[in-house]
Amino acid sequence: MTRYILNRLALTLPVILGVSILVFSMLHLVPGDPVTAMFIESGGASKEQIEQVRHLLGLDQPLPVQYWNWLVKVTQGNLGESIITKQSVAELIVQNFPSTIQLTVAGLGLAVLLGILLGIIAAIKHNSWIDNVTMVIGTLGVSMPSFWLGLLLIYTFGIQLRWVPITAGSDLRRLALPAIALGFSAAAIIARLVRSSLLEVLQEDYIRTAKAKGVRYPIVVVRHALRNSLIPVVTVVGLQFGGLLSGAVIIESVFARQGIGRLLVGALQARDFPLAQGCVLFVALVYVFVNLVVDLLYAFIDPRIRYE
Amino acid sequence: MASSTLNPAHPLAREAPARRPQSQWVMVFRQLRRNRGALVGLAIIIFMVIVAFAAPLIAPYDPLEQVVADALKPPSPEHLFGTDDVGRDMLSRIIYGGQITLRVGLISVTIAGTIGTLLGIIAGFYGGWLDTLIMRLIDILLAFPGLLLALTIIAILGPGLFNVMIAVGIGGIPSYTRVARGTTLTVRERDYVMSGRVTGCSDLRIMFRYILPNVLPPLIVLATVGVAGAILTAAGLSFLGLGAQPPTPEWGSMLTNGRTYLRQAWWFTMFPGLAVMVTVLAINMFGDGLRDALDPKLRR
Repeated sequence: MTRYILNRLALTLPVILGVSILVFSMLHLVPGDPVTAMFIESGGASKEQIEQVRHLLGLDQPLPVQYWNWLVKVTQGNLGESIITKQSVAELIVQNFPSTIQLTVAGLGLAVLLGILLGIIAAIKHNSWIDNVTMVIGTLGVSMPSFWLGLLLIYTFGIQLRWVPITAGSDLRRLALPAIALGFSAAAIIARLVRSSLLEVLQEDYIRTAKAKGVRYPIVVVRHALRNSLIPVVTVVGLQFGGLLSGAVIIESVFARQGIGRLLVGALQARDFPLAQGCVLFVALVYVFVNLVVDLLYAFIDPRIRYE
Repeated sequence: MASSTLNPAHPLAREAPARRPQSQWVMVFRQLRRNRGALVGLAIIIFMVIVAFAAPLIAPYDPLEQVVADALKPPSPEHLFGTDDVGRDMLSRIIYGGQITLRVGLISVTIAGTIGTLLGIIAGFYGGWLDTLIMRLIDILLAFPGLLLALTIIAILGPGLFNVMIAVGIGGIPSYTRVARGTTLTVRERDYVMSGRVTGCSDLRIMFRYILPNVLPPLIVLATVGVAGAILTAAGLSFLGLGAQPPTPEWGSMLTNGRTYLRQAWWFTMFPGLAVMVTVLAINMFGDGLRDALDPKLRR
């Protein structure tokens, strides 16, 4: 197991380095002069201003030196400051991240619960109308734009029924609708996966043995079949976490919620490069870390992987 | 595929029943014809394509024409889908929006599919350091979840519909590379590739003439479903104000406007979103059918 963990860590390091190079290059890949591009939104700037920002960002130094200086600063937690508000990027991220992670975890939790439940029902009632309805929900779920679902939820439960407040805020009552809008497509994906995985496992010999032994069917499903069918689900949940984390970008805008997503979109609209770089780097690193945890968890659940 | 049929002189061919070899695509078509979901999906796609092409003939109004006196009118016989905040006909805007949506989906997937497939075949065919290099680059792209890679590229290129197509296209590359590489790895050991090598074919010829046709089926499924994903992502980026800019009748950006008037005008939000969903749903249904038809394990 230790060797597996070390191997997996060794694979992660180059990815992190690559991500850092790509994020660092963002500014240099901008067609034309990046500093001039930054000022386009605010209606241009004087030559002195441009030179000042260029010096501030260290753009007057050779590229490798710039990258090294940037990397050293980043590892010390210094992501520079926003060009527009002059606030520390790291501080802005720290302020906004809890709200995003709250939304992502709520969306994912909902997706896992709903997905597994629907998947089990569809598999047990295979080829019945319940199965068909579940699968229609599954196909609708992956085809529905999350931001549209969000707007429909606001209209139905916020404006028409007035069950939930639609003003901005991050308390639990205000979390329900964004979490549903964010998690619905993931729930659909998980439901489809649980269904097919469970259907496959239910054909296995050991299930027949359990049934022959006289174990009651619900117990066979939950104790014998579900456990084994959940292995592929763990991987998908890891991948979905990333999807939801970046999907929060849109949902935060729909519900006017505070979060990294809104911070990033604002930075992109204003061409605030240090802030955009900071947000992108941070979200990518969180995702790499979560994937690492999921892979380790995967090896823990399925011993076959450790010995490969 | 001519390269995969047996030479009549081959001993196995002599024992085979005297039946005309069927092209894989004929079998796929037969299989698709039996799948009701895929057929419904295909019918909707064809309908959407026709409507998009015939937009100037079908649309009742000019999609950009503002009639302020008609602002925010609910659906009526004059305006079937109602009007927006500056009195433009929603139905006409949605019909024209179809053109943009289909273009975005197809161009992004072409970018992703072409680059991704080439990289995958090269990685799988040559192996070694080239394979390692390409796959590590793909790993780095995969470290940016979902929308984030597209957002990163928008950060570089700036907002706009064309940049969205490039961003969504680049974001789609990794999946094609992975599938193309995986299939190439199995195909390159086959006898017909070996025979190509023995007869002195160039690497390029082997890759395009022998390997590409065999890696295509799974990639076609990926591309079909990819169009749906690209449409969703692009609509999302336009919704955020990073894609199509006003007054372009793009479905995602129409939703941004609709949100402001959610309380007064439900139709303003309902119809553009419905248009995105129906399009994506139809493509997904067709894609699912295509996958089932191309999977020999499921073929009865």
